Amino acid sequence: MLPRDALAESLRAAEKPALVAFVTAGFPEPDGFLRLLAEVAAAADAVEIGVPFTDPMADGVTIQRSSQAALSNGVSLGWILDQLASRDFELASPILLMSYLNPLLAFGYDALAARAAEVGVSGFIVPDLPYEESAPLRTALEPHGLALVQLVTPATPPDRLIALCQSSQGFVYAVTRTGITGGAATFPPEAAEYLAAVGAASDLPVCAGFGVRARDQVEEIGQHADGVIVGSALIEALERGDSAAEFLAGLRPR
Amino acid sequence: MAQLDTSDASAVLAALIAGDLPDSDGRFGPYGGRYIPETLVPAVSRLTDGVERFLHDEAFQRRLDEELRDWIGRPTALTHVPRLSARWNADVWLKREDLAHTGAHKINNAIGQALLAQALGATRIVAETGAGQHGVASAAACARLGLPCVVYMGEIDVARQAPNVDRMRRLGAEVVPVTSGDRTLRAAIDEAIRDWVSDPVGTYYLLGSAVGPHPYPYLVRELQSVIGKEARAQMLERGGLPDAAFACVGGGSNAIGLYHGFLGDETVRLYGVEAGGRGDALGENSATLAAGKPGVLHGAYSILLYDADGQIQETHSVSAGLDYPGVGPEHALLRDIGRVEYVTASDNEALAAVDELCAAEGILPALESAHALAGARRWARQNPGTRILIGLSGRGDKDMPILAQHPIGSTDADKEHSDAAA
Repeated sequence: MLPRDALAESLRAAEKPALVAFVTAGFPEPDGFLRLLAEVAAAADAVEIGVPFTDPMADGVTIQRSSQAALSNGVSLGWILDQLASRDFELASPILLMSYLNPLLAFGYDALAARAAEVGVSGFIVPDLPYEESAPLRTALEPHGLALVQLVTPATPPDRLIALCQSSQGFVYAVTRTGITGGAATFPPEAAEYLAAVGAASDLPVCAGFGVRARDQVEEIGQHADGVIVGSALIEALERGDSAAEFLAGLRPR
Repeated sequence: MAQLDTSDASAVLAALIAGDLPDSDGRFGPYGGRYIPETLVPAVSRLTDGVERFLHDEAFQRRLDEELRDWIGRPTALTHVPRLSARWNADVWLKREDLAHTGAHKINNAIGQALLAQALGATRIVAETGAGQHGVASAAACARLGLPCVVYMGEIDVARQAPNVDRMRRLGAEVVPVTSGDRTLRAAIDEAIRDWVSDPVGTYYLLGSAVGPHPYPYLVRELQSVIGKEARAQMLERGGLPDAAFACVGGGSNAIGLYHGFLGDETVRLYGVEAGGRGDALGENSATLAAGKPGVLHGAYSILLYDADGQIQETHSVSAGLDYPGVGPEHALLRDIGRVEYVTASDNEALAAVDELCAAEGILPALESAHALAGARRWARQNPGTRILIGLSGRGDKDMPILAQHPIGSTDADKEHSDAAA
């Protein structure tokens, strides 16, 4: 099975809602990266590994802070791939790389796709790459069966929503509110309608995120989406020194 | 990336002159495009539609022309500078954007975009600023049109351009110091984009340079082209076209506006002068076209300064307005086809150029504009007796705190010579 299909299957097979966890690579410490990744992969149903970038223009203060800390510790895309290559154990869930475009461009798309497939990455999420500009990366990922996950937002017009859902791979990333990552989250009544529209437009699992930090939100969003994405709240838990596994377990509906 | 055959430079130039670039994808050859979060796609599409609908609409143009004339004071003067000409052994002319209202070319763009924002029904304006000139221009334009304005400014720039911070606040803008990232212009743009992402419907992002996602590089160029149009007509009235025209290039808005008056004049050589800072090493300058590689930052594919991992490089320039690791995508294309040659001037050359213009002609140029002067001075030495036009993009009052650290005569332009592009 292609990595992107295995990713979709894994999210479908998970207990509802699937939990997708985001961690900034090498945060809080580069040394413990693989250990933390194994822990998060065991507690979640898929893991987004954040590639730190100097100019994370779609991210709020929490992910900016973790990104900056990782960069100060020498974390780079090459380092992340080398770390993944060096592991001698299987991860319990599929992993994706979430990166702004420039580090991917600097690495070179073809070399990146080959290396990512080799080290067990299932796909990519690129917040500053809208569909219209995505053909070169998509073409490079295709021979390796890696997913390019498409984001949709409540502001996405209906015809575009259908096109984006049809072009997405692995899953559809449904941003539940406009804005940057990590902001305050309430679940507005129109969100249910929006997620229903995303679900109707997509043959893939729909995972919803942006600002999810508590079990009741997971339960609520879980009624309208296949999966829930948790990012800033997990980073904040790590900043507090909390256990990632316990924090993620605490988000699962009882 | 979509590739255009830039090997046929004359065809590309003809397309630029004919107004065929950017193409419908927002590309200048391989450069440009729209690398934006999905949240902004509808907002940028609305902006693109608005630009198409209003920018060349007769009523909009009439309103803009009135503001340019009555509020900004256009056309700005073309000044012959005989004493500087004698020193340089050249015939030197200055296009005086320093005389535009608020003291720099930035106002041409700010009032145009503020009028556009109003036409599009925006209720709030956000802007970024480096030197503070675009922030002041945005604050003034918003006050003029009764729109609330928030200006993001890196905290390093807040400190080194303090006079402009107070001006913005008095003009009614909220100035937000940015403490993230590199704490200069680049971080201010990141933060303005974050603000816009949070309210893409009601907020209009008034971007100050010819950078960013399409349609900004096009929109800003069109609004700044008034500089080149006026300058060309004024030069012809005063004896003929120049042999060479110089402009400083950070993001490159005043330069692209000046160049567009002369792209079709084969005899006019065009030069861009980037900030050579303290030297050629990475991080010591902001010489993007001299030292950069193609990449994506702030929504466009262009030439950037970044390291082997794709991380954007910290930059340095004595001039806050040039202290930026990217450049407008159209400049990248103009470089590739050889229509414009990009060189650098060091901090010290720029500082010396400020003193020289003050003493010789009684004009205090902005440190940004002083880079254009320094580049032209060097060229005049190699090409004696030529007719030279310099885009004097702004006035230097805002730089007094920096100039105070460099006593008069402490910099010698002849001793310092850094030209990474040469």
